Amino acid sequence: MEDIKPQLVKVTIDGIEVEVEPGTTILQAARKIGGNVAPPAMCYYQPLKGSGGKCRACLVRVAAGSAKDPRPMPKLVASCITPVQDGMIVENSTNEQVLTTRKAIVEFLLINHPLDCPVCDQAGECDLQNFAFNHGMATTRYEEERRTFEKQDIGPYIQLHMTRCILCYRCVYTADQITQKRVHGVLGRGDASEIGTYIEKAIDNDFSGNVIDVCPVGALTDKTYRFKNRVWFTKPVDAHRDCPTCSGKTTVWYRGDEVIRVTARKNEWNEVTEFICNTCRFEKKKTSDWVIEGPTKISRSSVISANKYRGDLIKPDFQRKLAAATYTHVDDERDTSQLGIQQLTPERFAPVLPHANDPEP
Amino acid sequence: MGKKILLEHIDVPGIETYDVYRKQGGYTAVEKAIKTMSPEGVVEEVKKAGIRGRGGAGFPMGMKWSFLAKPEGVPRYLVCNADESEPGTFKDHYLMKNIPHLLIEGMIVSSYALGANKSFIYVRGELMYVIRILEKAIAEAKAAGFLGKNILGSGYDLELVVHPGGGAYICGEETALLESLEGKRGNPRNKPPFPAVKGLYQCPTVVNNVESIATAAWIVNNGGDAYAAIGIGRSSGTKLISASGHIKKPGVYEIELGVPVEEFLYSDEWCGGIRDGHHLKALVAGGSSVPILPANLITKLANGEPRLMTYESLSDGGFQTGTMLGSGGFIVFDETACIVRNTWNFSRFYHHESCGQCSPCREGTGWMEKVLHRIEHGHGSMHDIDLLVDVAKKIEGNTICPLGDAAAWPVASAIRHFRDEFEWHITHPAEATQPGAVFKGEMALV
Repeated sequence: MEDIKPQLVKVTIDGIEVEVEPGTTILQAARKIGGNVAPPAMCYYQPLKGSGGKCRACLVRVAAGSAKDPRPMPKLVASCITPVQDGMIVENSTNEQVLTTRKAIVEFLLINHPLDCPVCDQAGECDLQNFAFNHGMATTRYEEERRTFEKQDIGPYIQLHMTRCILCYRCVYTADQITQKRVHGVLGRGDASEIGTYIEKAIDNDFSGNVIDVCPVGALTDKTYRFKNRVWFTKPVDAHRDCPTCSGKTTVWYRGDEVIRVTARKNEWNEVTEFICNTCRFEKKKTSDWVIEGPTKISRSSVISANKYRGDLIKPDFQRKLAAATYTHVDDERDTSQLGIQQLTPERFAPVLPHANDPEP
Repeated sequence: MGKKILLEHIDVPGIETYDVYRKQGGYTAVEKAIKTMSPEGVVEEVKKAGIRGRGGAGFPMGMKWSFLAKPEGVPRYLVCNADESEPGTFKDHYLMKNIPHLLIEGMIVSSYALGANKSFIYVRGELMYVIRILEKAIAEAKAAGFLGKNILGSGYDLELVVHPGGGAYICGEETALLESLEGKRGNPRNKPPFPAVKGLYQCPTVVNNVESIATAAWIVNNGGDAYAAIGIGRSSGTKLISASGHIKKPGVYEIELGVPVEEFLYSDEWCGGIRDGHHLKALVAGGSSVPILPANLITKLANGEPRLMTYESLSDGGFQTGTMLGSGGFIVFDETACIVRNTWNFSRFYHHESCGQCSPCREGTGWMEKVLHRIEHGHGSMHDIDLLVDVAKKIEGNTICPLGDAAAWPVASAIRHFRDEFEWHITHPAEATQPGAVFKGEMALV
């Protein structure tokens, strides 16, 4: 039987057109384009069903609902839960109102979040830190006392520190959908609501450690790694092992020769691709436990990659090298400023010109 | 004397019992609907009546009913929203405890129209005694054959379930109510999908206010056109108004929509005027979440015409000079009321009742409450006022459910119309924090 492919729908986000399957959310369509076009997401987590719509960080403006009904939507919509329509026009980083609202969301999320990143274990790989850095203000207008909680003991592996929680509900969904046996949930309401097990029960489950990975902030941290290191001193490598309970595909974090922690692998949107079991995460901390695949891809803008790259060792890709090698300067006497074109200068290629140490392409 | 639809028989002794209610013409709507009308016919009458949802949003009820998805083999539900918790609104409570059978009758007629075989009445948990009254009324109606299997030999079955809420304001929001009814934490759902498509247990559901459902019985008896003839234009019919505050006769009144606000306030038939020796300072027309208006704006429109008790007239002028009819919580303030304190009080309520799901509402309501607390207690500074306006603006429209808007509007409107009073609290902290101290500056009193 032939595969029946669904009719693709066309969406324009920030002026860039993209074709996606019907039922895709605006956020997923924007991620397909990537870069600045993708709205930030603090609560939405693609592998978790039902997540999203809570943090309001991904609000975008829909300038035209669809080709059939091109009226704009009256309010900003949460892009993570709004499905695209054919002919929809979305404004994300090109819309002033969206950016102002995003700034407000950062402010709201931070009013009850301690501003003590330097002592937080999550610093450097914190979604909220990145979000605030990209979209927030430099100062706070909040003068009141912040909400604080006593630390709760939920077992030997996971540290819960509610003071840092932004109530994204990701860990609740993870426990619901990955572990099947959820013993924690959200108690209380409003800004007094907290993640908890109600009777300080230890979370005891083979896959409980995944709540650490999904937590966007430092509310749930790994007790076996906590305060042992800073993430930018570590070197992540992709590794795997034969695990009877999970896929065994992990990222192993080294400090020198020592494995100091193991996490699930994350994609470029900081989402876990395959959830791993507690044995892999907490107990296999020797290099001999793992088959190393190679260094983990970390965004160059991430602090994790700080001091690990040297500009002179960057290998230019083949296409750019070819372009540089075949470059010839054309002596153009025309006034190019009127033509909208520009003659490239040899200096533009300087960083990519073949290096003496480069292997042959 | 205005026409009364819901409270016509309120003074008949023993109206809460089945026998008396039946003698007063009760349950004739059920007989008429089930024996002579098709479900579509009932929906058509309600559409013709043009009744707008009485819970606060004012969405046309007939339209809501016609949006109900009707897939084959999937049950449909009718849920009555009796979780009335809006500060200043107490009409449903009054109706249910005095004439429970009116709601039961409305429920049967509405369920029949929508093809629901199991309907729920979600009553606010604090009203345990009302729940008992309703359960007794349901048992009586069942004994009389108006509920249960094969009602009046028509083959139509209906079961009514009364469900006590857990005591949260947010469960009055329809999707939070459905979550709560399903036994989950009462967090509002993301929309779409709307309850008409995926509601209770992911089945098509209609959620209506007590007053709307009770009115359906009258509409079946007298026809949609008769109902549409009452009231003015798109504000058809009568409305229960819960009047409270500094008036001579607080209570629940049924008015024909279209009565001038001033008449409602000063007529002896209704509120009876402001208490002796005092003047009207401000008024909240539709429950705590609608914008508060000063005396001069609530009685007259911008063009000088009298403001009427209708959806359109009250919202005339947008939020700059208008407000909303909302759920009909008519709260009257005379010049002894401190607007700052009142705004703080409202704000404290919303802070306490925010479910904590989405960030603007969870953090913003608490922030506004804390700043207002500071101003009220003499520790405010001038930039706090602009901060409040800004925070309110950032919450409004950016939340999952309307609670965010409901928390932002009272604050924004109080500052819009009573900025002087806020400034006085900041510039004269010693004076303003005295017990019973009120702003005595220039203001419009009627």
